[in-house]
Amino acid sequence: MAKGDRGAPARGTEVAGEPVPDFVQLLTPDGERIDKSVGADGVEYTVDFTDEEYRGLYRDLVVIRRLDTEATALQRQGELGIWASLLGQEAAQVGSGRALRPQDMAFPTYREHGVLYCRGIDPIMPLSLFRGVDLGAWDPAEFKVNMYTIVIGAQTLHATGYAMGITKDGKVGGDDGEAVLCYFGDGATSQGDVNEAFIWSSVFHAPIVFFCQNNQYAISEPIEKQTRIPLYRRADGFGFPGLRVDGNDVLATYAVTRAALDNARHGQGPTLIEAYTYRMGAHTTTDDPTRYRVASEVEEWQAKDPIARVRAFVEKQQIAGADFFAEVDEQAKQEALHLRERVLAMPDPHPLTLFDHVYPNGSPVVDAQRERFAEYLDSFEGSAH
Amino acid sequence: MAEKLTIGKALNAGLRRALEHDPKVLVMGEDVGKLGGVFRITDGLQKDFGEDRVIDTPLAESGIIGTAIGLAIRGYRPVCEIQFDGFVYPAYDQIVSQVAKMHFRSQGKVKVPMVIRIPFGGGIGAVEHHSESPEAYFAHTAGLKVVACSSPQDAYTMIQQAIASDDPIVFLEPKRRYHEKGEVDLDATYPLHASRRLRPGTDATVLAYGPMVRTALDAATAAEQDGRDLEVFDLRTLSPLDLEPVYESVRRTGRCVVVHEAPSNVGLGAEIAARITERCFYSLEAPVLRVTGFDTPYPAARLEEDYLPDLDRVLDAVDRTFGW
Repeated sequence: MAKGDRGAPARGTEVAGEPVPDFVQLLTPDGERIDKSVGADGVEYTVDFTDEEYRGLYRDLVVIRRLDTEATALQRQGELGIWASLLGQEAAQVGSGRALRPQDMAFPTYREHGVLYCRGIDPIMPLSLFRGVDLGAWDPAEFKVNMYTIVIGAQTLHATGYAMGITKDGKVGGDDGEAVLCYFGDGATSQGDVNEAFIWSSVFHAPIVFFCQNNQYAISEPIEKQTRIPLYRRADGFGFPGLRVDGNDVLATYAVTRAALDNARHGQGPTLIEAYTYRMGAHTTTDDPTRYRVASEVEEWQAKDPIARVRAFVEKQQIAGADFFAEVDEQAKQEALHLRERVLAMPDPHPLTLFDHVYPNGSPVVDAQRERFAEYLDSFEGSAH
Repeated sequence: MAEKLTIGKALNAGLRRALEHDPKVLVMGEDVGKLGGVFRITDGLQKDFGEDRVIDTPLAESGIIGTAIGLAIRGYRPVCEIQFDGFVYPAYDQIVSQVAKMHFRSQGKVKVPMVIRIPFGGGIGAVEHHSESPEAYFAHTAGLKVVACSSPQDAYTMIQQAIASDDPIVFLEPKRRYHEKGEVDLDATYPLHASRRLRPGTDATVLAYGPMVRTALDAATAAEQDGRDLEVFDLRTLSPLDLEPVYESVRRTGRCVVVHEAPSNVGLGAEIAARITERCFYSLEAPVLRVTGFDTPYPAARLEEDYLPDLDRVLDAVDRTFGW
């Protein structure tokens, strides 16, 4: 499993005389395994996975991509209102999602379908949101993943408050301590809320890991529109360590996230991880990325594909053979098929449910409107409602 | 058991009792700890309940509300102080898009039992952004409840009820009345979301809340000399409004005047007038009239006496309902 040796040098300092490496990488795009990699925080990272664990990561990556492809197809066929594809970001999501321990809590944006999958959330649940059947179906307390947040960066404050609550509950300081993993993108780093979350978490020494998937674009705006310095270096100004990881490398992403979460749960405060990746698809299905980026750039990133490198490594190391790959493909296909069938069968909600859950204690105003609307619906001849 | 307290002290006593009653209750905001808040509403609470429960926060309102949401998800009951009405807007997104919608979005799975305390209204000779009445913004938002206290008794009781409620509640405090004294029954119980008839009358119904309740009562006293008998209501709950007792009153008096400091345009008075018209149409002798702040930005302090509704403007409106 992951080792984040927090011995010398001290956190947040650079190794004297040595250049800070660009990012932590443990698996090259060609599938070459790098034994150890030093992060910008001066810490040496590695992983020690069993063959079974390597195969598990590969399976996650393939299934998640296949489900994502299915969701994009469902949108194109008019079955989803919109879809925010995670294509290209599978390793960042699986690496970080699998680094969570059961007691940890995650706060996602609206693109963390892979993280949800890793937490055991039925993939139908984010699809009900994008189909417009509900606004979020899973129970955050059950799966320890909060609801999707659409307003950019707003969830970083919720995550920070939750982490403050962990401290108040005395749940930091041991192996059974709890930590928060907070997702956001490169565009969000320009939001006031994200900067306030950095301040709060630093001042209150909250057990939180900020996981920024820098996929290079906020809809059409390239990263240069958000920052003049590498994003991970922002952490320095707020007083906690930051580092960049190859976000297309599931091993490195796992290693740095697991170490940062463990540091947080042991009372060492926040970390900012910048997972350097690329959004291979559109921002959402309503977007046309050919208007703002060139094909050669996409091709360049295609060569750094997060799944191809794991497959190359697993093949080279003879961790798995053709039967395994075929079996994983078949599983992914079946899950996607099953997902499709259930999306098509998903009933529209009853009109009167729009009045449900506005307030925990209800409201006479809402009750009166519900009653009036029910009478109105009933007034139509043959109303089946 | 009864005590004579100012509104400010009554709020302090109510917060203290809530902190004693439930270990999950937190008080958080700018300067609420060591200083006890700029109006001293949280005076002494940090000393007695510790920095873990009475939290001096960084100076960022969105951060206060946003982190309070996370604490609420974790099981806490945060009571957030916004230092002045005009400083709530940096937190507007978190309040309107997050606090208000969590329960609805999650189909009841996530509760945000938060109280957002806002000292509101003018009359204290302050500089800009310290005298505003933002209630309509919040009353317009589904998922939020909005209440305003006007007396020491309500300050003491309502703050505890708001904290105990699972609904997110914007709690408006009449800052210019913080020093008004009154008898407080420490064991009083009555519903939070109910309007209250403070003065019975037969000739016209006057509705007010927060700092304007005192103004409306003074107007009623003055009207007596003109031989007019005004019925006065403290609305207390602005969302949801509790107007059934008001309808009963207006059907008797046939005349109604709504008073608030907030500007007129698309304000609470407009909603109230619309509802009264729907429900009391055949009883009305005159349209429902509004006495409000003007549709201008809040003016410089030397002009605020002209801007704010006062006794004479209330009486003028009552006169106009008789002249209709």
